[in-house]
Amino acid sequence: MSLVGTIERINGSLVVARFEKEPKIGDLVEVGDLRLMGEIVRLSEKTAYIQCYETTSGLRPGEPVLDTGKPLVAELGPGLMGTIVDGVERSEVKLWEIAGPFVTRGIHIPPLDREKRWSFEPKAKPGDRVVEGDIIGVVQETPYFQHRILVPLGVRGVIESVERGDFTVEETVATLRTPWGERRELRMMQTWPVRRPRPYKERLPLEKPLITGQRVIDTFFPVAKGGAACIPGGFGTGKTVMLQQISKWADADVIVLIGCGERGNEMADVVTHFPELTDPRTGRRLIERTVIIANVSNMPVSAREASIYMGVTLAEYYRDQGYDVAVMADSTSRWAEALRDLSGRLEEIPAERGFPAYLADRIAEIYERAGRVITLGSGKRVGSVTILGAVSPPGGDFSEPVTTHTLRFVGAFWALDTELAFRRHFPAINWLRSFTRYLDVASRWWSQYERDWERLRERALGLLEEASEIEETARIIGEKALPDEQRLVLLIAEMIREGFLVQNAFHEVDTYCEAEKQARMLRALMEFYDRVEPLVRKGIPIERIRELPIIPELMRLKERRGLDPIEEVLREMEKQVRKLEEEYEEVCR
Amino acid sequence: MTVEEAGLIYRTTKEIRGPILFVEGVKDVAYDEVVRVTTPTGYEAIGSVLDVSKDWALVQVFGDTSGLDLDVSIRFTGETLKIPVSDELIGRIFSGSFEPLDGMPRPLSTDERDIHGGVINPAARDVPSEFIQTGISAIDGMNSLVRGQKLPIFSESGLPHNRLAAQIARQATIPGREEEFAIVFAAMGIKHEEAEFFREEFEKTGALSKSVMILNLADDPPIERLVTPRIAQTIAEYLAFDLDMHVLVILTDMTNYAEALRSISIAREEIPTRKGYPGYLYSDLATIYERAGRIKGKKGSITLMPILTMPGGDITHPVPDLTGYITEGQLILQRDLYLRGIYPPMNVLPSLSRLMKDGIGEGKTRKDHADVSNQLYMAYAEGIRARGLVRIVGVVGLSERERRYLEFADEFERRFVNQGYYENRSIEETLDIAWDLLAMLPEEDLIRVREAYIKEFHPKYRGKRVE
Repeated sequence: MSLVGTIERINGSLVVARFEKEPKIGDLVEVGDLRLMGEIVRLSEKTAYIQCYETTSGLRPGEPVLDTGKPLVAELGPGLMGTIVDGVERSEVKLWEIAGPFVTRGIHIPPLDREKRWSFEPKAKPGDRVVEGDIIGVVQETPYFQHRILVPLGVRGVIESVERGDFTVEETVATLRTPWGERRELRMMQTWPVRRPRPYKERLPLEKPLITGQRVIDTFFPVAKGGAACIPGGFGTGKTVMLQQISKWADADVIVLIGCGERGNEMADVVTHFPELTDPRTGRRLIERTVIIANVSNMPVSAREASIYMGVTLAEYYRDQGYDVAVMADSTSRWAEALRDLSGRLEEIPAERGFPAYLADRIAEIYERAGRVITLGSGKRVGSVTILGAVSPPGGDFSEPVTTHTLRFVGAFWALDTELAFRRHFPAINWLRSFTRYLDVASRWWSQYERDWERLRERALGLLEEASEIEETARIIGEKALPDEQRLVLLIAEMIREGFLVQNAFHEVDTYCEAEKQARMLRALMEFYDRVEPLVRKGIPIERIRELPIIPELMRLKERRGLDPIEEVLREMEKQVRKLEEEYEEVCR
Repeated sequence: MTVEEAGLIYRTTKEIRGPILFVEGVKDVAYDEVVRVTTPTGYEAIGSVLDVSKDWALVQVFGDTSGLDLDVSIRFTGETLKIPVSDELIGRIFSGSFEPLDGMPRPLSTDERDIHGGVINPAARDVPSEFIQTGISAIDGMNSLVRGQKLPIFSESGLPHNRLAAQIARQATIPGREEEFAIVFAAMGIKHEEAEFFREEFEKTGALSKSVMILNLADDPPIERLVTPRIAQTIAEYLAFDLDMHVLVILTDMTNYAEALRSISIAREEIPTRKGYPGYLYSDLATIYERAGRIKGKKGSITLMPILTMPGGDITHPVPDLTGYITEGQLILQRDLYLRGIYPPMNVLPSLSRLMKDGIGEGKTRKDHADVSNQLYMAYAEGIRARGLVRIVGVVGLSERERRYLEFADEFERRFVNQGYYENRSIEETLDIAWDLLAMLPEEDLIRVREAYIKEFHPKYRGKRVE
């Protein structure tokens, strides 16, 4: 049964309506003659405050508001992989077909295609006792992704019948009888309210790093599968390119990419270029494991607010199927601005910089939905959700509320640096300001390639830090006045920066660096240091070291495919260093 | 009451606060509806509804409200703000609220478009990827512009941003194709002489006959600036997506626009964020900027070049800051370069073109373009660092390497960035100058250039090939 109300006031995206009977907070409503989508965010007796997801231009007081009685839900089921949807899960490709290239208001289309038939392969058989979260069958949604159809939450019983063949998401694929003797039909589609985290059996400690193929992340500031990272950076520091790189190469099973209040051209870039890319591990097209939620900056801000919850809910649903899912939210600052906008229109008393006092709680709510869990269901299925959130701090100032609050709830912090970006040092992650709390998890994993990984990483970071201190001094007295040992540290730091940290997202080889190669490259650079350091102490001038032709070779290892070139370069290094050594001994004699 | 025009007229204004009127007793008014405000003395202005309830409405007036009294008559038109569009707009000059300024009659058309436009569905967007040659090395070589991009110029008052914009408008072409750009030019609060400069420039080059000018000058009503860029974008959308034209939109000066938005916000007593600007400045700017782009299946395109002056040269000021988050890069003009006689005084280090990667390379510009540009960035940054050191330790304190980079930075500014106002360099010329400069550095320092390209393009090897 649905309630009908009347519009009393319109102020931007906020619509105030009066109902005859009290509606529920969080209810989805259809606003005005155009039936615009909205959600009740505040109630005061029979007066409802509605945030409208579509432009309210032209609405008049007196027009009707229809309460659907249901909260904003995500439709879950096959049909989302490789597609692009808006903040409330409508297919943007469908909207384009229906309404042309410009977004039109008041179009109601169901998120999942109702016509399309999916080939359902049963995994349960009649007589099986199943509980919520159990897999009743699978659908090969894309060549990459197998969609596992789960028993919906709150349902259990004995399977009575199960089908095989092609079905739409609304058709019955199985029936079961509940312990109370009821007969339930199971379909491939289920729904879930986006603002409520999906339940699981048990939270697990994190176990593996998310390998992204990006050296500075994997080696220096790894994030664990099931963890969360914050990526703040002023404009032009490469947040978006970095998130796109991670969505391309991360070893997750599913990627949910949320473009929240960002550029339309960037979304077009993803939609155009992702289908051209293949996964280096499986050879499958990367788009086949990716869901894109595109809510561009000139769409109504309120839909931005919903898009993040929508994305995380989808991620949890794939997690529940036993997959490792990575969510990229670009940018959470735009989402926070949407909160601020609404809060302002509701005339709430602001806390910092106009943001509502509950900003921190909302940020926490979202990042707490990351994690590694044993899912519901009878087996011990494990899945994870990793959340990577970009933050766009005004003026690049990290002390603003969204950055500071996000930092409290994430385990890794990748500080993007304007200075580095100006030098076109990408990814512009500042190695002195960034941190990770997932080092234990990462070390355990990395030891398969490099026994001494943790020490190697520590030494390299230590050198970089030492170099930045020496640079401070050099700024005052000039590099020439420094002792050669220190100048060598500067040289090695430069080699690590240029030869390891800098990674060209648009270079055919360098765009993705496999873990083993990362470890070997870093070891090679450190071996070089270990080899030449005694020479410098013996008195060989730094200029002679600098001239070694092997240095550019070491720095170009990243451009060369595979591991063989590393061994080759190391052998050549040994030759050149030995030659230098001999020459020097000759002179001494 | 007038009979010939539809809409109810009210004389129930209860409060005037700056550009905002509070009107009581209204019936059936729509949010965002256009109003016409008329004073007993005959002054007329348009406005729109900002907030509406069953019996009152808040109206912002896009004209001068200084002489208004409560007796003003308000006509609610029942429409949102629309302008008539047709190909007859080309070559015309209008005021910031679309009144003809060229002595010709008001344009008529049955095709009327809402000035707020629509949102291009991200799925329908085409990726901008056609390199625009502006003939300016600092742009073409380092921050290439592509069709459908939005690339602002961040400047300061007194710098030649207008000359740069005019030069771009004059020289912009797609290499190998003879398509010219139509220009939609919108001025917000700029001086008469600046507007006149553009008009003359467009006239000289013949661009005027394929341009539309929307002028809100410094002495025009400030609130009118809220509609000016939207009118410009509406016309641009029509030219691009209905008439298949390639349109270059120049919006100057967006800082004045933002100030108009701020004054409305303050009059409404909204909670300000930074420097008094409203929290929705980002979203509001996005509704203007994001209208640029390309659409799949349509021939035309909108390339947007907003110009804004950074108060005090501060790039963290909310207007450049939020603009930078929306646009696909930025070109930054800097005073110290200007004082040293460099034109265009563009600081390439903080400048950026995000869409460059799609517009350059083999078949578009040249295959070494991306690497060369990367290497120039790195070397120039190194040189700038050395220049900073010189101030402290003097040139003698520099290492040989630092001295080399210092010299590189000077030459880079003098030969690469610096060029004539009428100098139109092809992309090959630009890249060749770049290689001449890179040849100043030891070959092993060219770490960002693929070895194969060094062998092919480095002057040293090219010299050999000629032999």
